[in-house]
Amino acid sequence: MTQLILEQALNGLQFGLMLFLLAAGLTLVFGIMDMINLAHGSLYMVGAYLAAAAVAASGSFVVGVLLAVAGTAVLGALLEMTVLRRLYTRDHLSQVLATFALILIANEAVRMVWGDQPALLNPPDALSGPVELGGFSYPAFRLLIIAVGTVVALLLYWVVACTRVGMWVRAGASNREMTEALGINVKRLFTLVFAAGAGLCALAGAMLGPLLAVQVGMGESILILAFVVIVIGGIGSIRGALVGSLLVGVVDTLGRALLPWLLRSFLPGEVAANLGPALAAILIYLLMAAVLFWRPAGLFPARG
Amino acid sequence: MRLAAVVSAVAATLAVSLPLGTSAHAADKVKVGFLSTLSGPGAGLGVDIRDGFQLGVKHLNGKLGNLPAEVLVADDQQKPDVAKQEAEKLLKREKVDFMTGIVFSNLMLAVGPQAFDAKTYYISANAGPSQYAGEQCNPFFFNVAWQNDNLHEAMGKYVQDKGFRNVVIVTPNYPGGKDAVSGFKRFYQGKSEEVYTKLGQLDYAAELAQIRATKPDALFFFLPGGMGINFVKQFVAAGLSRDIQLFAPGFSADEDVIKAVGAPMLGMFNSSHWAHDFNNPENKRFVADFEKEYGRLPSLYASQGYDAAMLIDAAVRDVKGKLDDKEVLRKALEAKRFKSVRGDFKFNNNHYPVQNYVLRVISKDVQGRVTNKTMSTTFSNHADAYANQCKMK
Repeated sequence: MTQLILEQALNGLQFGLMLFLLAAGLTLVFGIMDMINLAHGSLYMVGAYLAAAAVAASGSFVVGVLLAVAGTAVLGALLEMTVLRRLYTRDHLSQVLATFALILIANEAVRMVWGDQPALLNPPDALSGPVELGGFSYPAFRLLIIAVGTVVALLLYWVVACTRVGMWVRAGASNREMTEALGINVKRLFTLVFAAGAGLCALAGAMLGPLLAVQVGMGESILILAFVVIVIGGIGSIRGALVGSLLVGVVDTLGRALLPWLLRSFLPGEVAANLGPALAAILIYLLMAAVLFWRPAGLFPARG
Repeated sequence: MRLAAVVSAVAATLAVSLPLGTSAHAADKVKVGFLSTLSGPGAGLGVDIRDGFQLGVKHLNGKLGNLPAEVLVADDQQKPDVAKQEAEKLLKREKVDFMTGIVFSNLMLAVGPQAFDAKTYYISANAGPSQYAGEQCNPFFFNVAWQNDNLHEAMGKYVQDKGFRNVVIVTPNYPGGKDAVSGFKRFYQGKSEEVYTKLGQLDYAAELAQIRATKPDALFFFLPGGMGINFVKQFVAAGLSRDIQLFAPGFSADEDVIKAVGAPMLGMFNSSHWAHDFNNPENKRFVADFEKEYGRLPSLYASQGYDAAMLIDAAVRDVKGKLDDKEVLRKALEAKRFKSVRGDFKFNNNHYPVQNYVLRVISKDVQGRVTNKTMSTTFSNHADAYANQCKMK
């Protein structure tokens, strides 16, 4: 039993860390630029496709992932400078409409370039098997995801908390006008933040691609979860995004694993089999509702 | 407003009375609405059915029953609302003569009533929900493949006969998944634990951990398309394949999954009503031409698409192109005057096949390809369990 919980905790951690890569970019863009970017999931998709193409072309997983991250970051910067910059002063509804259009354009563009069928992206051979982990075996590639996620999370925390750029970012998130008044080039900062967010998206896409599937529309389902994460964590807060991601990851995984089993102990089998998965699927939304009820601004609001 | 109502009432009356006036003229072409899942994780299945169907039409020189064939292809994106919209277009605007192509049973149950109301024959090349086999059986529904339970029943019998008594069943939480569990357990008598996943789920970490903790001696999974590909990959990566024997219906162990997973699937037993090594002239031609045309081996889905085209062809030929007389057309469909690539089968009273089911094993063929090999016959002339609940009008 403890082994099961330990394995599920690892699974939750792995899922949560990948969500964090997505949520970090989203929360900064939302918090600093006050901009709802629905096309964030499209950058995740494009990153995964670029990774699949680059891995196939270079033959090396590491090189492929790095190229995809760099390529998507450049794409993100271009997108910010050409389209999104014009939307900052508009209201949220216009931003939602415009970035929703970007989703549709990105999906069709990817379909035109790579076709309808999922692209092939496999983990490196050395990591495709399991490793022994104190009594049970765990997929090596999932361990790599946990390692990469942890390193990136720490790095991001250090950048935001301890560097000058990070200070600008935090200042921008808590009061944009005041930051501008202090003479910081907010325009360039925005482009930088957006490119970094796009790069993190691509990293998540490239790491999750081999586990899930690199296909058109892969960004939309995970984008919803990323929004749940930043609402729980508090918009604009990196710390909130991390805590929110891990909460959502663990709650979702443990819920899916333990709820059906729990329900079976006091409900008839047929009912439990139907109710369990359904209830597990809405668990994270219950979590979000609960957080919003007691902490309407999220767990760690950036604007105190 | 009132004028508009009168006009539309007149128009509706005319539209209804018109077919009566022009009874049973031979049509000048056959229109088939091919609505299937052609994008997303389930796309591989729909693409195979489509390619099989198109190959059938090509073998018939672009004709169905000696009439020029027009196949209108539409994508349901595996979403019930999209499927209903597309079906509405095909039925109302294009006025197709036949519908076919749907992969997933939940979409079939959503679209079925539309086709039945329009009195258009639906020839299912895959989805075989228990509902349409039993009490809700409909004269306008034919299934040329199987009833959903059948392949699972065949696997249940094999797992039972092999002496496994502690089995975990993994299936998506949708009508086809429920049919899988009841089919498997109809012939498997031992202990079983069911794990239901979300339809379209791609990450099985939580379920695999649960399976590891349950310590079964065999695992039966029904996860069509991309779901199965991911499940098998993650099952192997988690190191579970060393202790647990995998079993699946043919859906989760055919060319689409084998191509993506490869060698880890060697030695896996699965059930089917068809295999590419079936030794009859129709099948040899089908398999050889499919490989030539598309550069890959056909899956059971492709064979079903091919048979759907052959059934329509035979029926249209029988009625000499008179598609308006629905009763006569129905008799012609029921008679099934064509040779299937699976060998012989006939339609039961509920318009589902009575046929043989075989056991296949994934192994290397003479060319060194990882693919299915037919082992033995599990059921002969096997019908489904719901036919006696069907009171076909």
